[in-house]
Amino acid sequence: MPTSIAFSVNGRPVEVTAEPEDTLLDVLRNQLGLTGARFGCGAGQCGACAVLVDGELKAACHMEIAAVAGAKVTTVEALSASNPPHPLIQAFLEKQAGQCGFCLNGILVSASLLLERNRHPSRAEIARALDWHLCRCGAHNRILDAIELAATRMKEPA
Amino acid sequence: MLPPSLEKTPTPARWVSFRPDRKVGLNVGKVEFGQGIATALTQIAAEELDVMPEQIAITFGDTERAPDEGLTVGSMSIEISGASVRLVCADVRRRFLDVAAERLSCRREDLAVDEGVIRRGRQSTGVDYWTLADVVDLDAPVAEDAPRKDPTAYRVVGKSAPRIDLPGKLAGGGFITDLRPEGLLHARVLRQPSPQARLQRLDEAAIRSAAHGEVEILREGDFVAALAPSESAAERAVAAAESVAVWDDPRRLTPEQQEAAWLRGQPAEDNVVGEPQTGPSGNRLHRATYSKPYLSHASMGPSVGLAQYVDGRLTVWSHTQGPYPLRDRIARAAGLPPEQVTLRHAQGSGCYGHNGADDAAFDAALIALRRPGPPIRVQWRREDEFGFEPVGSAMVVELAAELDEAGRPTSWTGEIWSGPHGNRSRLLAETALPGAKDAPQARPPSNRMFSGAVRNAPPSYDIPRWGVIDHLIRETPIYCSSVRTLGALQNVFAAESFVDELAALASEDPLAYRLSLTSDPRARAVLEAAAEVAGWSRRGGRALGIGYARYKNSGAYVAVIAEVEAAETVRLKHIWCASDIGLVINPDGAKNQIEGGILMAASWCLKEQVRLDERGIASRTFGDYPMLRFSEVPPVEVRLIETPDAPSVGIGEASSGPAAGAIGNAVASALGVRVRDLPFTRERLAAAILAA
Ligand code: FES
Ligand code: FES
Repeated sequence: MPTSIAFSVNGRPVEVTAEPEDTLLDVLRNQLGLTGARFGCGAGQCGACAVLVDGELKAACHMEIAAVAGAKVTTVEALSASNPPHPLIQAFLEKQAGQCGFCLNGILVSASLLLERNRHPSRAEIARALDWHLCRCGAHNRILDAIELAATRMKEPA
Repeated sequence: MLPPSLEKTPTPARWVSFRPDRKVGLNVGKVEFGQGIATALTQIAAEELDVMPEQIAITFGDTERAPDEGLTVGSMSIEISGASVRLVCADVRRRFLDVAAERLSCRREDLAVDEGVIRRGRQSTGVDYWTLADVVDLDAPVAEDAPRKDPTAYRVVGKSAPRIDLPGKLAGGGFITDLRPEGLLHARVLRQPSPQARLQRLDEAAIRSAAHGEVEILREGDFVAALAPSESAAERAVAAAESVAVWDDPRRLTPEQQEAAWLRGQPAEDNVVGEPQTGPSGNRLHRATYSKPYLSHASMGPSVGLAQYVDGRLTVWSHTQGPYPLRDRIARAAGLPPEQVTLRHAQGSGCYGHNGADDAAFDAALIALRRPGPPIRVQWRREDEFGFEPVGSAMVVELAAELDEAGRPTSWTGEIWSGPHGNRSRLLAETALPGAKDAPQARPPSNRMFSGAVRNAPPSYDIPRWGVIDHLIRETPIYCSSVRTLGALQNVFAAESFVDELAALASEDPLAYRLSLTSDPRARAVLEAAAEVAGWSRRGGRALGIGYARYKNSGAYVAVIAEVEAAETVRLKHIWCASDIGLVINPDGAKNQIEGGILMAASWCLKEQVRLDERGIASRTFGDYPMLRFSEVPPVEVRLIETPDAPSVGIGEASSGPAAGAIGNAVASALGVRVRDLPFTRERLAAAILAA
């Protein structure tokens, strides 16, 4: 039965009507117009659809919408569409971290969570934090460079 | 001679337009798929037109507007499209200056262009590209002798430029999968398990009830699609369809068929290049056999196709590599004249060759034709992409060399067993349509003229005599087409492993041995540069391996050195690369591509193999088809060697073969035994050690 479900996305309260088992990814992309989280596998195995749900990293492709009722969802758009954008965005552009770019949005979400929890991650810690994510283009080193750069900048007092 | 794209479309107006918003419209027929071609072509156009790159708005692959540039394959975009854009823009600039000179009663040589404004000395003349656009003739065919800029005067080309498409992608858009035209219907297709499979029963009521929501089931012959306004409902419907469908599928595959070695026993079409040594030889001989398995593209985004059929016109959106060829294929299959079909390119995730893009577009077109009105969006599932996209053929390469006193090859003979590469003979859903079983089976093209399997089969060294025997196996257990590098990955992996074996037989250092086989100064330069950055001569106990090739024997020179640790498994510690790609358009973009090609090869070498079971491809998830992860990726350093006087050559595919060679040689150095079959899995290493 279609049900009405209320939660917040990037700080904005939303209410959607959906089947309880519709995926969060479907609702974000098709109902809320937030296409930043991307479909890569639908099975929680690639990280392309990563979002934060109440501050925890989740695969939106694998999460039923009913489970986010009342929760705070954060998508990559919170990093890229905010003013000013998150330092990670600038760092990814500066390092040209990406080729096709398909994997990047999920990676940005993971990286933002990492930097929130650990202001001074080592390169190995960053790599480990990203191990869920696949990048087929081989942009890994640039992605690690960009996250290191953003971390340095965030350490500096503004 | 005009570049091929201009032979076909010599009218400058088809390439360049001056838009009311004071931008220069640049239309190309090649397409962007993450390789950065949009940025590089923008740089070339800005350079020749003397405008800022920001003033250029590039569009590609729209059959209503773009010139027909065929397929975007083989790392040829910069060679072919780049040369065309350069010439067209140079000619356009000249035409404007001629008109301006006449108006101003001066010589063309007295005028210059700056950001599109025509100047005489320091002074603006008050005219620019946009004010003159109405009077300058851009219809007359392009002139072959249009005065192109001297490379020493370049301001934009040769400087690193940021990718123009990246900001939009980080902001959440930019891909075909993000398109949401008004009123669209989501669709999923139930895949026919094999071309011979026939659908016996389909319990539509069960599908409807599992969908939880409005769903329409379209069935025609063995083609079944679920359409729904809700994407989740379409997904649930096709999952249910998969579990209730009863197929009669005569095809039975065996596990042996997933191995490259199976190819050796199959009927083949033979093709000989050069002068292979076949009879008995009086000389000392070395012979060894190498293989690679079937490989998937494993694009991060499964394929998507969109189509809409309104008033007898079909519009298709696709991340295809070839907008015009796909338009023609779809038109033929749909029985429509090509003029009634428009193909618009929209970006997909990196494709690295012929993945499911064309087939998903065809799915969408088939559905749209049967359901006129709304835009139809077909999203392949991950299982569809791994299970039904064309794969890169497994290959076996046997090499034999006759050696002189000093241990140097006097002849080199390669024998290749491979399925087809670059094979666009089918659209997946065709065999599911009624009448398909009576239609003649599409056969891969006969590759007598050129087989992708022989790419880089000729050695990249000075060897007095060489030859290749190519056994093309047309009937492979699974459909094969092009994956990045075609046969070059395997040929270079084999050749570079083999050269290291020859060096060992001659008791020579692998680098010195290679240098002794190469007189080409550009080849020597990349080998020496890679050795220098890797500290080859000071390597001590580090397990280093080297790999080198000139891509297609006529393109980029690439040398790679890899450092590994290997015991039960292989760990990549560091990779260095030196490359000479002629005139560099965008150095940072070029390095990015080279790094990517190296890491893809690393993933192939260490992890990847398409696995089969009785019913077809069994490796249908990222769990079954592992790829290199962040914590397994080594640092990669790339050095570009500048040769601005040499023409630009493609880079997207040039580094993978040398990287595979380097990794293979490093593994051999670490283990003390050679593993000749990819991938270097735990089992393979253990077997090699045991056999030694
Ligand atoms: S799409 Fe969600 S993890 Fe792959
Ligand atoms: S940049 Fe293409 S998948 Fe990561």
